[in-house]
Amino acid sequence: MSDYPPLSFRVPAPEIRPGDTPDFSGVTIPPAGAVRRPAVDSDPESIRDLAFTIIRVMSRDGDAVGEWVPELDEQSLLTGLRHMMRLRAFDARMLMAQRQGKTSFYMQHLGEEAISCAFQTALEPGDMNFPTYRQAGLLIAQDYPMFLMMCQIYSNEKDPNHGRQLPIMYSSKAHGFFSISGNLATQYPQAVGWAMASAISRDTKIAAGWVGDGSTAESDFHAAMVFASTYKAPVVLNIVNNQWAISTFQGIAKGDAGTFAARGHGFGIPALRVDGNDYLAVYAVARWAAERARLNLGPTLIEYVTYRAGGHSTSDDPSAYRPKEEGDAWPLGDPIVRFKNYLIKQGHWSEERHAQTEAEIADEVLSAQKEAEQVGTLSSGNTPSARDMFEDVFEEMPPHLVKQRQEAGY
Amino acid sequence: MAAMTMIEAIQNAHDNAMQRDERVVVYGEDVGFFGGVFRCTAGLQDKYGASRCFDAPINESGIVGTAIGMAAYGLRPCIEIQFSDYVYPAYDQIVSEAARLRHRSGGDFTCPLVIRMPVGGGIFGGQTHSQSPEAVFTQVCGIKTVMPSNPHDAKGLLIAAIEDPDPVIFMEPKRLYNGPFDGHHEKPVVPWRDHELGDVPEDYYTTALGTAAIRRPGNDLTILSYGTMVYVAEAATAETGIDAEIIDLRSLLPLDLDTIVASVTKTGRCVIVHEATRTSGFGAELCTLVQEECFYSLEAPVARVTGWDTPYPHAQEWDYFPSPERLGRKMREVMEA
Repeated sequence: MSDYPPLSFRVPAPEIRPGDTPDFSGVTIPPAGAVRRPAVDSDPESIRDLAFTIIRVMSRDGDAVGEWVPELDEQSLLTGLRHMMRLRAFDARMLMAQRQGKTSFYMQHLGEEAISCAFQTALEPGDMNFPTYRQAGLLIAQDYPMFLMMCQIYSNEKDPNHGRQLPIMYSSKAHGFFSISGNLATQYPQAVGWAMASAISRDTKIAAGWVGDGSTAESDFHAAMVFASTYKAPVVLNIVNNQWAISTFQGIAKGDAGTFAARGHGFGIPALRVDGNDYLAVYAVARWAAERARLNLGPTLIEYVTYRAGGHSTSDDPSAYRPKEEGDAWPLGDPIVRFKNYLIKQGHWSEERHAQTEAEIADEVLSAQKEAEQVGTLSSGNTPSARDMFEDVFEEMPPHLVKQRQEAGY
Repeated sequence: MAAMTMIEAIQNAHDNAMQRDERVVVYGEDVGFFGGVFRCTAGLQDKYGASRCFDAPINESGIVGTAIGMAAYGLRPCIEIQFSDYVYPAYDQIVSEAARLRHRSGGDFTCPLVIRMPVGGGIFGGQTHSQSPEAVFTQVCGIKTVMPSNPHDAKGLLIAAIEDPDPVIFMEPKRLYNGPFDGHHEKPVVPWRDHELGDVPEDYYTTALGTAAIRRPGNDLTILSYGTMVYVAEAATAETGIDAEIIDLRSLLPLDLDTIVASVTKTGRCVIVHEATRTSGFGAELCTLVQEECFYSLEAPVARVTGWDTPYPHAQEWDYFPSPERLGRKMREVMEA
């Protein structure tokens, strides 16, 4: 017999479930401009506090304040807004197309548009992103043709992936966008490896890895952190903390301890936590981390605090696990509305121009959609030939595959 | 030509490949300064610098995952997993990533990558240093799986694997590192310098993936073997006096089916031998192929001699390891059937 009482097993659970009143009072949000901007070559030990706060630039009054205000000219600011608006409009059309049965699946970015759109703007041509499924802003912000994205989503004959991948699993080497995998966090060590290769080759390019809050629990997250830390790889390691991993709240991936950003500390990797719904803050932090990488100072871990305002995917119903009003209660607001209000306050923008731009973008998206649907949709049958699935398994088709292709009737 | 052990031949292959192509980088656990626990990368860090041959953290998924990123960048990583028994943490990276990258990206990204690993038993390694996991790779589309049985082939196949545009699993039978081993563990070790296939050209050459070698021509029975089992087959053939044709597959995927079919069509009898566990082992694939391609030439059922479907034992190693005696018994059965 033990002298100790029986142990008890604890499973973390969110305090708020459907039917409850949303409550984010536990999320401490410092005012915009409150967090200092250290030099990029700061000793990681001296900036540990930056993993426990939230770097914010845009104030509630529509001003950009503090040391993190980035230098962006008016044209860049307006382009940034347009990128986010395009991504949101694109999502809305494709979500509807999935509901209409034109494709099997879709994943939208609602509420998270600032992160990928602003981050891409901080990179240079030739740099390589290793994205997850919710960073299409990396493509949109480079004016990658929406037509091609839609062809991929429809798995039609012009799909660059030849109908082999789920919708939204884009790939474009020319745009620094690594082929998306449905397996979580595998891309994180790959990003580190790509960055190591750049350093080995005495190149000047850097890599960026992407992962969600839930997937930080994957072994590959930790594998990537070990390698990035050991070899000081020129890589920016991004964690998009949108509060929910499908139905699982972040306490399951993280427990009660610290923040996701703070996971960098054990590896000696500088870690920043940033308001993911603040376009200017995301851009500024991305530039800081990219600069560190380019100066051969090594990796940076960035946690973007945001909220997944929509479902995980078209196969998900969030009302089953969180209050419907939770998104409205999210204290960091909507990234597009906030940026719009900032631009209006600064005299760069107006409600009229915004409405006009929305209409222009809606036309642009619709025309790309029509063009893509003329090629075909998953349901219309204009998908790549079954003969094609035997291609690209290897560079040269081995005899057994040639035989199987013949057996399949091709 | 020089007398080389399989270790020296593999080291020499790395040296050749790194000399010819500066995109070739080599890393793994203990691979850099020390040159690998089996010494297959000895001297490479000194010669090519720490940025092309270096030690890696003990994290197989990280080793393979970073190598995939390097391959996508345009390097030619050739990485070592210290024992094949340790490869499983990297299985997701190999199966879901390396193997599929070319296909899923429509050829936009590719993965020219070699993953080396010592395999097999005969060294009292117990269940975590003796496994032969070839079938968990041959079952995966998009990767090639190779297993040399001698220094000459090890060098030629390794250089070919490094130059291959797709990922290759390169399995090294560790009991063959220092000499051919026919299963007679009670006898003194034969060194490679006394074997003709231990005579290795020092210059560059390749051995094409997907080509089998006939180690002994014969008329009565075909033995399909690879790795250490090639020498067990030679011993069993000598001891039974059966005129067996011994095929060393060398490359499991792609497979040299033509050589297999030609041989079995000629002999009408086939015994498959491998160290790995039997159920769903690579022998099952070979047996099916022989049945599909050679059924009307067969004079006896195709037979398998394999490791048992148990974890690889420590004390009972020689009861597990397919011996010339066990193979010889099966050969006689097939001859008498």
